[in-house]
Amino acid sequence: MTRSYSAFNILREGLRGHKGWAPLWRSPDPKPEYDVVIIGGGGHGLATAYYLAKNHKISRIAVIEKGWLGGGNTGRNTTVIRSNYFYPESTRLYDLSVRLYEKLSREINYNVMFSQRGMMVLSHSEAEMEIAARTVNAMRLGGADAELLEVKDVRKKAPILNFREDARYPIHGAIWQGRGGTGRHDAVAWGYARAADGLGVDIIQNCEVTGFLVEGGRCKGVETTKGKISAGRTGVAVAGHSSVLAEMGGYKLPIHSYALQAFVTEAIKPVMDTVAFSPMTGSYFSQSDKGGLVIGGGLDRVPSYGQRGNTPMQDTVLSGIVEMAPALAKVKLLRHWAGIVDVSPDSSPLIGPSGTEGIFINCGWGTGGFKAIPAGGYLFAHLLATGSHHDISRPFDPSRFPAGRLLDEAAGSGIAH
Amino acid sequence: MQRFPCPFCGPRDEREFHFAGEADKDRPDTTQDISDEAWADYLFNCKNSCGPTREIWVHFPCQEYFIMERDTVTMSVAGTTSVRKDLT
Ligand SMILES: Cc1cc2nc3c(=O)[nH]c(=O)nc-3n(C[C@H](O)[C@H](O)[C@H](O)COP(=O)(O)OP(=O)(O)OC[C@H]3O[C@@H](n4cnc5c(N)ncnc54)[C@H](O)[C@@H]3O)c2cc1C
Ligand SMILES: [Zn+2]
Repeated sequence: MTRSYSAFNILREGLRGHKGWAPLWRSPDPKPEYDVVIIGGGGHGLATAYYLAKNHKISRIAVIEKGWLGGGNTGRNTTVIRSNYFYPESTRLYDLSVRLYEKLSREINYNVMFSQRGMMVLSHSEAEMEIAARTVNAMRLGGADAELLEVKDVRKKAPILNFREDARYPIHGAIWQGRGGTGRHDAVAWGYARAADGLGVDIIQNCEVTGFLVEGGRCKGVETTKGKISAGRTGVAVAGHSSVLAEMGGYKLPIHSYALQAFVTEAIKPVMDTVAFSPMTGSYFSQSDKGGLVIGGGLDRVPSYGQRGNTPMQDTVLSGIVEMAPALAKVKLLRHWAGIVDVSPDSSPLIGPSGTEGIFINCGWGTGGFKAIPAGGYLFAHLLATGSHHDISRPFDPSRFPAGRLLDEAAGSGIAH
Repeated sequence: MQRFPCPFCGPRDEREFHFAGEADKDRPDTTQDISDEAWADYLFNCKNSCGPTREIWVHFPCQEYFIMERDTVTMSVAGTTSVRKDLT
């Protein structure tokens, strides 16, 4: 069976009708006991397992997923990767992620199609241009790349946008991050799963965690639809379902779950080779390699676990796109869906101990955790292996709420909360 | 689009409503010394229930605040009751 992807192996398998490729990961039955059990087979859970095995040499690790890998938000997002946040703590976190993404395909021998096509946040007034300049400066001081574009530069990069002077939201310029871009969401989940499996991690799909085994206030493992599994430490990375697990585990979270929708259009000729976001309309879009426009926007305003979107938000997002690029008004939608996202009070993630001994949490990524998968996994692995924070994840500990040290990225998160 | 029943106006477009928070939270007695943990628990933590839930909503056009009982998975509404004291 062929495991590694190289030019030689692809040629050889091509000649043999691609019959010799090994499955990307095994499908083992759960063992009775692991050093670390991770709940949730999305990007964050799988990346955590990979870095635990690779950086911390922990050998007995399981990832437990109730459905299929990436079936949560990781396989439902619009794949924008960027580190254009405001506070230095956030830039350190998200830029670590971009740097890990930059070498990921090579490192795990799996093409995650990270395409650094750049990302622009449009400014629609002189006042917004001043705020944009401030953001650019903050990003640069934090160590991320950023540039302030004038309208003529925006026009050069994205001529499809609405440059009419009588536009409701005329374009004055943009914040540009050239290292930003898009990736292939499924490939990120599958690539990390394959790499983790190669290091001995057991990936257990179709297995739902239904409770925690708590003895004397300490978590000793989990109860699942495939039986009890003991664990030295348990990590929870279940995004929109974080509060459900919190109730089972006896700890509290400041999370609200909302539906976030996305849309893909029919494939058209290349019209857009970067990502554009308009804070005024709340909508953003890019174009996939297949030609479909990938469209996203704000949250539905009704807290929800129903994995489908409501029509008022479809109206808002799509009219925003038509305002941004009127030429696209007649393009037909092909698909549309929603994911349940975990929104925290300051739009920043929560990484740290849960409050119940033995359980650690990685959640609160809300509308923007795809870009953070490599860093989230890297830092959560550090926490699970050592029991203490990496310097980059410490500011995101849940203790920031009682301490009043919130990291309010409501603007940096891009999407209206 | 969904319609929510405002206790004052009757069924109206969901866009006219605003989610104001979870119901049945006890505000700590701030005339006493309360810990940062207790205050943060009140300010930030929530049940965020998957399934039946009780929430405070406001209908913007008439400014009625009310309790809505609904299901966060099916999105069906079981009922709404005003929180106005003069009604009870
Ligand atoms: C429409 C949309 C667009 C988005 N766009 C972007 C974007 O452009 N850029 C960006 O950075 N982010 C974006 N996001 C956010 C991003 O998708 C998420 O923050 C990220 O994928 C979260 O990854 P995760 O691994 O934490 O969660 P998920 O991928 O949701 O994985 C959690 C997993 O836990 C499993 N699970 C839940 N409960 C249990 C249980 N009891 N037992 C076992 N398993 C369980 C679920 O089945 C799920 O597979 C978007 C999200 C949506 C919905
Ligand atoms: Zn009313």
